Amino acid sequence: MNSGRRQFIGRGGAMLAGLAIAPGMLLYDLAHGRPASGAVRWGMLIDTSRCESGCDDCVKACNKENGLSGGTGPADVQWIRKLELKDSRTGRGVSLPMMCQHCEEPPCVDVCPTAASFKRADGIVLVDRHLCIGCRYCMMACPYKARSFVHEPVHDQKPDVPRGKGTVESCTLCVQRVDRGETTACAEACAKAGHKAILFGNLNDPGSEISRRIKAVASTQIRADLGLNPGLHYEGL
Amino acid sequence: MKLILALVFLASGVAFADVSVPQLDIGKGGHCVDDPKFMRLNHGDLLKHQRTITVHQGIRGKYSLAACVDCHASRKNNSVIGTDRNFCQGCHVYAAVKLDCFECHSSRPTTVGMTEGGK
Repeated sequence: MNSGRRQFIGRGGAMLAGLAIAPGMLLYDLAHGRPASGAVRWGMLIDTSRCESGCDDCVKACNKENGLSGGTGPADVQWIRKLELKDSRTGRGVSLPMMCQHCEEPPCVDVCPTAASFKRADGIVLVDRHLCIGCRYCMMACPYKARSFVHEPVHDQKPDVPRGKGTVESCTLCVQRVDRGETTACAEACAKAGHKAILFGNLNDPGSEISRRIKAVASTQIRADLGLNPGLHYEGL
Repeated sequence: MKLILALVFLASGVAFADVSVPQLDIGKGGHCVDDPKFMRLNHGDLLKHQRTITVHQGIRGKYSLAACVDCHASRKNNSVIGTDRNFCQGCHVYAAVKLDCFECHSSRPTTVGMTEGGK
């Protein structure tokens, strides 16, 4: 048994030495992929006047796409929260989806002690769950209460959306779909429901629909006073 | 004569005769993305490099874990883990290397067996 193992290890070492060009091969592959581009900045424009009170199709679509349970308790994971706001003086009500705002200057990235929170070149703010230690500092730093901690073991994850206990997560702007050239699940569901309140697109492209609409109509970023320059813009607030 | 026999025995590569190697269910199998011997030794490093460029740059390359699972999930339980004959678990149990990929990643192929929810 012992000698067998020793030979196994010895042989493994010899093979490893002969094939130590793995990093070179990876570089070759890298040259053939398309990395997220800094020329792009993904964002959203949410028209609150089109967002219907009581409708949560975007939340359901998000849960389905990303394999979330759909629970809304304090220990449940929520990537989109549907908010109903009311101005107590005028009585005017507003309904809107609240999620990660994909800031240009994300406070979650600033405070992360392990560099697990990061911003992709194309402006999508993500958590590298391989590095996340679950300290939840980012959850405290986020002014939008956009992040959730996974308290319980996760089963039956989507192959495209790995998720696990002990890490923090939030809206990824459906990065797996964006990388395939598709729009986000929430925007798709909102359009399907006939509301078309969520417009997803490239803020850096002056010809894109989102850029043209932001130029044409009054929109605001939530807590713009913080100077974080969120990628999500809201109309009619 | 004994010495020659011993040498022939070693050279022929039957070094595992006294060790019960894992009998793996390789699932669909077929052509691997690279030489199987190379993959057997280096898949850990390859996956680690791949995960970094996938998460940070969005490049879903050749050495993707989901692609491993797609080809190597057992047809019996539709997974690469679960029993000591399953593709990933079989070797990792044998080599006593903890396998924690599937605490977060799906151990089932993309096309079938997907359920909604989880938690």
